[in-house]
Parts: sequence; structure tokens; C-alpha cells
Amino acid sequence: MAAAASLEVSGLTKRFGGLVAVKDMAFGVEAGKILGLIGPNGSGKSTVMKLIMGIERPDAGSVRIGGVEVAGWPSHKIARMGAGIVFQHSRPLHRQTVLENIKLALLPDKLTRLFTDPETDARARVIAGRVGLSAVLDRRPATLPFADLRKIEIAKAIARDPKVLLIDEPFAGLTSTETAAFSDLICELRDDGRAVLLVDHNVKSVARLVDRVLAMYVGERIAEGTTDEVMRDETVRRVYLGGSIETAARPESSFRDVATPFLEVDNLSVYYGKAQALEKVSIHVHAGEFVSVVGLNGAGKTTLFNAISGFLPYTGNIRREGSALRGQSAAAIARNGIVQCPEGRDLFVDMTVRENLDMGGQHLPHAESAEQIGGLFELFPILRERQKQNAGTLSGGEQQMLTIARALMMKPKLLILDEPTLGLAPVILEQLSKALERLRQTTPITVLLGEQNVTFALPHADRVYVLEHARIVWEGEPARFATEMGTGYL
Amino acid sequence: MRSRTAQILLVALGVVVLASFLPLWVTGYVLGLLTMAYYFGVFAMAWDLLFGFAGEVNFGPTFLIGTGAYTAGILDNLYQPPIWICVAAGTLAAVAGGVVLALPALRVRGPYFGLTTLVAVLILQNFIVVDAHLTGGENGLTVPDVISISDTINYQIALWFMAISGAILFALARSPVGLILQASGQDAVQAGALGFNVTKHKLMAFIISAFFSGLAGALLVFYVGSASASSLVDITVGVQIIIAAVLGGRRTILGGAFGAIFIIAMSEALRPIGDLSNFVVYAMALVVVLLFPSGFYGLLMRTRDDI
Repeated sequence: MAAAASLEVSGLTKRFGGLVAVKDMAFGVEAGKILGLIGPNGSGKSTVMKLIMGIERPDAGSVRIGGVEVAGWPSHKIARMGAGIVFQHSRPLHRQTVLENIKLALLPDKLTRLFTDPETDARARVIAGRVGLSAVLDRRPATLPFADLRKIEIAKAIARDPKVLLIDEPFAGLTSTETAAFSDLICELRDDGRAVLLVDHNVKSVARLVDRVLAMYVGERIAEGTTDEVMRDETVRRVYLGGSIETAARPESSFRDVATPFLEVDNLSVYYGKAQALEKVSIHVHAGEFVSVVGLNGAGKTTLFNAISGFLPYTGNIRREGSALRGQSAAAIARNGIVQCPEGRDLFVDMTVRENLDMGGQHLPHAESAEQIGGLFELFPILRERQKQNAGTLSGGEQQMLTIARALMMKPKLLILDEPTLGLAPVILEQLSKALERLRQTTPITVLLGEQNVTFALPHADRVYVLEHARIVWEGEPARFATEMGTGYL
Repeated sequence: MRSRTAQILLVALGVVVLASFLPLWVTGYVLGLLTMAYYFGVFAMAWDLLFGFAGEVNFGPTFLIGTGAYTAGILDNLYQPPIWICVAAGTLAAVAGGVVLALPALRVRGPYFGLTTLVAVLILQNFIVVDAHLTGGENGLTVPDVISISDTINYQIALWFMAISGAILFALARSPVGLILQASGQDAVQAGALGFNVTKHKLMAFIISAFFSGLAGALLVFYVGSASASSLVDITVGVQIIIAAVLGGRRTILGGAFGAIFIIAMSEALRPIGDLSNFVVYAMALVVVLLFPSGFYGLLMRTRDDI
């Protein structure tokens, strides 16, 4: 047998109530190697990471770090055994500078340390230099760009010199240049002789780095091997690959309100302080039409939707059926039928699925509400099964379905969907896709969809807008998108 | 940053030294008010260590204060040992009470910690009323000894006690241990993953908070010469301490002292309007909390940061 791996996991199992989040997982990562743990949202990969780190207690199984059994230990003891984690979301101390945030990670877990020694300071500076934070040492985290916040997290994790490093979605929210720099850093950490576990949604994002890949689906291992092997694997392909893009646009002239569209956004500009988030954006949506706004992160999609929903001050005009929305409260706009499903989902996590839906149907008479719920259960059958479960225990995809269903309970005339596919695996994407298509064909509803994911945005759209750096740069039918705008998106 | 800490401490020391000359100018009545305010300042600062740094809302600061005060008072009544022994015993009792309260309370999450501490106050209050032969019940507890009958001496003791407590708490909050505590308060999961035993650090914060609360409570008994549930233990007293700390500025320690002095000074200044004075003070507190959540101290520091 080969030398013991730095991290060895076997038989690892975790249940949340009736839901088996992780079932009998087993794998090992050797020193100086990188394992990619991939799986669609809700597959349990984040839970595996939390179990290793002791943030959640496993129900069964073994976790060995450097040969020592640590399963069931509290997190701080596991950390001291040599495990470190880089969280996806960073929450640095905001009153402290970058340097102090890194120093924090260098402190011993003692109650008697009342003065910082100069050595800590020097080490913190070296680590900051290594991750590329030297220029911003004395800044407060709130003033830094997102990539730098991620670097603080990495710096904190490596400050403890971990033998095993867990990294959650290493590249989420980073530009391609930042991703490249981050990849180099991860390789360096591996070359230091650390065992690295990268957790991400798909193989592609981690393929360049990993030695091996392990794919998970609903709590279980479905494949393990080299990148190529996993990508060729039958089960993985079935779980991951959606269909090719087919469009089915209805021509704009087919809508009855061609002269005065249902929603008109005219020369809309929005500022956040000095930064311009939207610049003279004009779009329109006809009653019954499905319109997609395609744009990368930060293009201004959410700002556009928030302005329409009445959450933001703006210049320009937003008209509904010819009359201006300005001056109406966000609540009034929603009550009158323009309903937004926010990117963050905003479910009542401690209420059951059914209660969440009932909340959405508050204003409806009881019988109508029940009928509406019945219809939604047909649209999203999984929600019927999960009725009595707390919304917080649903997987990401199920939560997204519930969010849309709850919005539909308000019987909206215009449904605004902000990045519904964010973080979802293709298999769930396909279910959402079917539901949208069904809505399009069987109901008079109007949909305004904001997406980064073109494969999801195009098939349902009658018309597409492309939003780039606060401006609309393209408008047209989805069939023309691929030839005119395709590069960079598909 | 280090120099900034030293700077703030230096300014604070200057203010305290100036304040120590007050007895030359003001009446005994004003000195008496300020003496009370200084003890309240310690209560508020000790509370801020828990709320501002450990991130735990302790609704029961008066449980710790009351335990300290009543233990010291009862001991004096029963056996008349030297006052310092009574005060030490009161402080120890507060620390012990704090540990007994915090150990189970730190296991529960979020609002339940606050609720647990709130219930502790009710239990103590109930005990005081029921065990009247020891505690004096609703009439209050009168102690045979006081530290001094001189307004000036009492004033100087309270002032320097507040100054030293404030300096210790402030230095602690800004030390590496304070940093760990702050991290534990803001994100316990992450602090744990960085290898810090969050419970240990929070427990330590609770013990320190209990130490200063109990010590201040015990000293206060021997200043006033009596203790009563309504002036030391009642929930409204706790709320006043919390208001003082928040008004002065969360996560600042020293702000609590400002806040306490401000509240007592305002109540006094508004005395002519009678019962309305409390209303006005609370309304002002509300306005400050809503408009300037970082409190007086925060306002002061922000204008300096901007330069």
C-alpha cells in the first residue's frame, strides 16, 4: 500500500432530517495532489467539505488527517490538525485592515496573548506578498474589489500552514485574468506539498488544475478518475449535459400591443454614487412575450430589474401600458402584477414549502389559492413531494423552483426572473427550462429573464437584449444571436 | 494602529485627570451624580465587551451586577469582614454566576442566548424578594459599612476605578485576544475553521465582563450604603446600561462611559419637567440609535477617519 494520504475519507454519511445529504463517501487526497470534487447544486459537495472541517458533525464514517481520525471533532481542533478551508463567501473583519485580518489567522488559540509580536507582523506581510495583497495592506476590506477579498480568505487559510486545504468554488465571481492568477496560486500551494480539495460545479472549471476528479450527485459518488475519464463517464454525461440550443421565437408583430408595449423602459440611467450602473437603457416587452436580457456578471441586469420593480431611483422613464411607474411604491408595483424573483431567492427558509406558497397566495381567495397551488405542483412536481419540508432544507434547484412558484402564486402579469440558473446544474436547468416552456405555451404570462447562461436564455426567448457595461449593445431574435453575438457567450 | 490606541488612551487619560479636579469647583450633589455615572460607565463598558466584541447580546448585565452587589452586601451584614473582602467575594460570586449562566447559554444560538440571560435576571430578582431575611426583600438591603462619607473620596474612587477598568477593557479589546474575540463574534464558523475555540474565547469575555460588573456592583453598594432590586437588578436598569453602551458607541468600549455619563446628566438636566424626563432621554436614545448606529464615539472617530 502507498503512503497514507494527507486526507482520507471513508463511509462518510450525513442526514438532515429525512434528507440524506451525503451517503457513504470515500476518497483520499495525497500530499502535493489536487482532487476536484464536483457535482451540481444540492449534490452534497459543500456538506462533504463541512463534514471534513467539523462544521457539521458526520452521522457515520471516518475522516483522517495525516492519519489521525478527526471525525466528530470540533472545527478548531480539526483546524489545528492541519486542515484549512477557503470559504466561498468572504466575511473579513471590516474595522480591521487587510494586514490585521491576516494577522488574526496567525494568532495562537490562547487567552494570554495580549501583545502582537513583531514576528507575526513580518509573517503576515510575507503571506500577503505571496497572494498579491502587498499593495493594499493598510486598506479596509470594504474598499477592496471582490478578487482581493478572495485573496484575503486564501491568505488566512495558508497562514495556518495547513496540510490539507479545502477550497470552495475557487473561481466564482472572478474574471478570466483573476482566475488565471488564482490557479497559479493554487498550483504553488500544491507544490508546497499540501493536499488540495477543490469543490466546484463542473469539471471544466477545475480541469486545468486537478490530478483526479470525483463527481457527486444527490449525496453519492457517481464517478472518479482523471478529468478525461470523468468527462467521458456515462452517468456524468447524463447528469450534466443539456440539449443543444433550439430557438422557438414568435415574431414581434404577432403580439397585439405592438403600438404601446406592456412594459417600456425608456432612456433609463441609474447611478450608485459616482458609478453608473445603467446608461440610457431602452427596452420594451409586449404582453405575453418572453424577453431575455443576456449579460455577464456586473453588466447591470439586476439594476435594471430593481429599477423596474421600484427599488431604485432612476432618470428616464419606465411605463406600464403607457403610464409611468415612477412614484409608485415597490409594493404597489408588485401588487399590480410586476413580480420579481430575485437572484438571492429570498425564501422563508424556516417555513415549509407549502407555507411559502401560501404566503405568495395571501391576497387570493382560499379556493383560488388552492387551485393555483395545484397548478404549480403540476409545473414543478418535486415541490408536491417536498410540501412539508422546510424551504431551507431544499437543494438550490428546488429552492429556485419554489421561488418561481411563489412568485407565480401572485398571478403576475409580468414575471421578472433574475438569473434563475445561477449555480444550478444542467439537469435542474432542464427541468426549469421545461417549466418555462410550459408557461409560455399554456398561459398568457409575460416574462423578462436576466441570464448569463445563454443556453438557458435563448430557447425560451422571443426577443433578446444584450447588456454590456451598463448599456444595451444588441437587440434581436434569438436565432440571430449565435451568428452576431455568439462568441464569448456560447 | 498601535499608536492610535495609545493616542486614544492618552486623550482619555487627559479627560480623567481633568475630571479629577472637578471636586474643586462643583457641589457635593453633582459629585454624587457623577460618582453614580462612573459606576454605570463601568457596567456599560463591561457590557460592550460582550455585545460589541463577542457578538452576544447579554440582556442580563444586572444579573452579574446584582450578584456582586448582594453577595458583598449580605456578607457585610452577616459577618462584617473588612470591606475589601466583601467586595472581593462579590466579584468572585459574579464571576461564578457568570460562568454558570454562560456555559449553558453559549451552547444555544442567536436570540436564545439573550433570552437565557433575561431569565437569569428574573430569577435573581425573585430570589431577592423571596429570601427577604437575607436580602432585605423589596425594602432593599442596608449595609453597616461604607467606604467613605466624603463626597470627594467616593468621587475619586469611582473616577479612577472607571478609568482603570476602561483602560484594561479597551486594551484587551484591541489586543490579539480581542481580535480573536471579534472574529468569533462576527463569524463563529470561520473562527473555528481558523483553529480558534470560539466557546473558550466567548466564555472568557463573559468572565471578564462579569468580573468588572460584579466589582462595580459591590463597590457601588459600599458607596450608597444600600442595595435594592429596583436600583441594581431590575430589567429597566439593564436596559439603561444597554442604552448607555449603544448610545456611546458599539464596539468601542470607551463609548459606554460617555453614554452612561450622558444619560445621567440628561436625566438630571431634565428633572424640572418631571416624569417626562425619562421619556425625553429614551426618545433621544432612539434618535441616536436610528440615525447614528455607531453612537457618539463612532461619530467622533468617523470625522477623524475622513480627514
